[in-house]
Amino acid sequence: MSSSVIEIIEKKGTDEDPVAVGRAVYEHPLVVRLCHWINAVALFVMVGSGLQIFRAFPSFGAKIPQKDLLNWPKAFAIGGWLGGGLQWHLTFMWIYIATGAVYVAYQIFSGNYRQVLFTHRDVRGVWPMVRHYFFFGPKPPAREAYNALQKQAYTGAIVLGVLSVLTGLVVWKPIQFSWLGWMMGGFHYARIWHFAVMWAMLAFVLGHLVMVILHGWNNFVSMLTGWKKDPEY
Amino acid sequence: MDEKKFRQNSRRELLKLTPVLALGAFAIPGLQEGLLKKGLGFSDWASARMFRPGHLATTFENSELTPFEKFPINGYDVDDPGIIFENWTLTVSGAVQKPGEYTLAQVRALPRYRQNTRHVCVEGWDVIGRFGGARLSDFLGLIGADPAARFVTVNCADDYYESLDMATAMHPQTLLCYEMYERPLTREHGAPLRLTIPTKIGYKQAKYLTDLKVSHVLDRVGYWEDQGYSWFYGL
Repeated sequence: MSSSVIEIIEKKGTDEDPVAVGRAVYEHPLVVRLCHWINAVALFVMVGSGLQIFRAFPSFGAKIPQKDLLNWPKAFAIGGWLGGGLQWHLTFMWIYIATGAVYVAYQIFSGNYRQVLFTHRDVRGVWPMVRHYFFFGPKPPAREAYNALQKQAYTGAIVLGVLSVLTGLVVWKPIQFSWLGWMMGGFHYARIWHFAVMWAMLAFVLGHLVMVILHGWNNFVSMLTGWKKDPEY
Repeated sequence: MDEKKFRQNSRRELLKLTPVLALGAFAIPGLQEGLLKKGLGFSDWASARMFRPGHLATTFENSELTPFEKFPINGYDVDDPGIIFENWTLTVSGAVQKPGEYTLAQVRALPRYRQNTRHVCVEGWDVIGRFGGARLSDFLGLIGADPAARFVTVNCADDYYESLDMATAMHPQTLLCYEMYERPLTREHGAPLRLTIPTKIGYKQAKYLTDLKVSHVLDRVGYWEDQGYSWFYGL
């Protein structure tokens, strides 16, 4: 179990004998919630404006031969034109980076990372969860805020966030970050990675939203108020 | 805690998220433009700090060059503004000791540098070209540019205009380019003189230069910058 605060919610029967009606756990500290929502907005803008930028050269590699690989519709892009897309991208990237950095720093220094970080101890919890989610297996008992698969997904999303920034830096500044670009296989590969990381992130977001819907109201509210009512653990 | 208190507490915690709503300012039409301009300005400020004057852009082997005939021509207006080469001079003004008209021969008399560097377009594509010319820093020395000046502005025969920060202007790979692939610059590539700046995005590298001004303040920024592009855009 994480270091979350647990409260018993009581309804007043008599003063001497209150009736317990539920439990609540403080799962998400304020910094985490703020970073989550601001970053969610920033990610939305980064993807939309990024696709706008991509529309200017919907291909990879050198100019020759310039073949459009994907005609991304303008309706699913932010900024209206290349310059507009760049303005949104170069503005919200700072918000995206700042919330990501504050989040990671907070998790580390508060110790709250234990709730999220997938470690070797979570490995054996993976298969039972996979069996439950995808193969109608029995539901493993919940012992903490996140199960092994959740930890894997959230840890993966954080890694993707870092990668999106690093690949983006190389696309933006291939000369100042030439060593990073070299590690990615060069300037052309950095653009491919940046694009691939975006799709991986979108895949995470899709799965995340599906699971939020499946897990119901109390779970959703916990990311707003911090408190999860009637947790399973 | 009792149920009422729990609800109160939840409400209080929810209200603490109100800072998130500040992002809504970006959705207000009257504020959006100004905010994005600020964001772009911040990116430019950060870019200037990330720029390392002594760090060189990657250079390439001749075998890696984009063939000359496949090097894209991205004129913003016309591919040939019709410069009469015999009459062409570069008009130098501003914070310099020796303002006036400079001929191509004077530029060519400076040490020539040839480099195979990557030309990156803001659209996302790039090509590798072989460029030759004089270092802009040598030319700034020739005209006696004030070392304390901060900007170099150029005007072009096709009405294009651009400006550079002094650190980039002094970068050893920033060239007043008069040849490509070891042959005189052709008209569609900006003859007789253009800028080659491997540490900057493509639109900063103006063609058909006619005027060069050294200054302490920026009065004209750049053609694409005035449409909303980044000013510094260092690579």
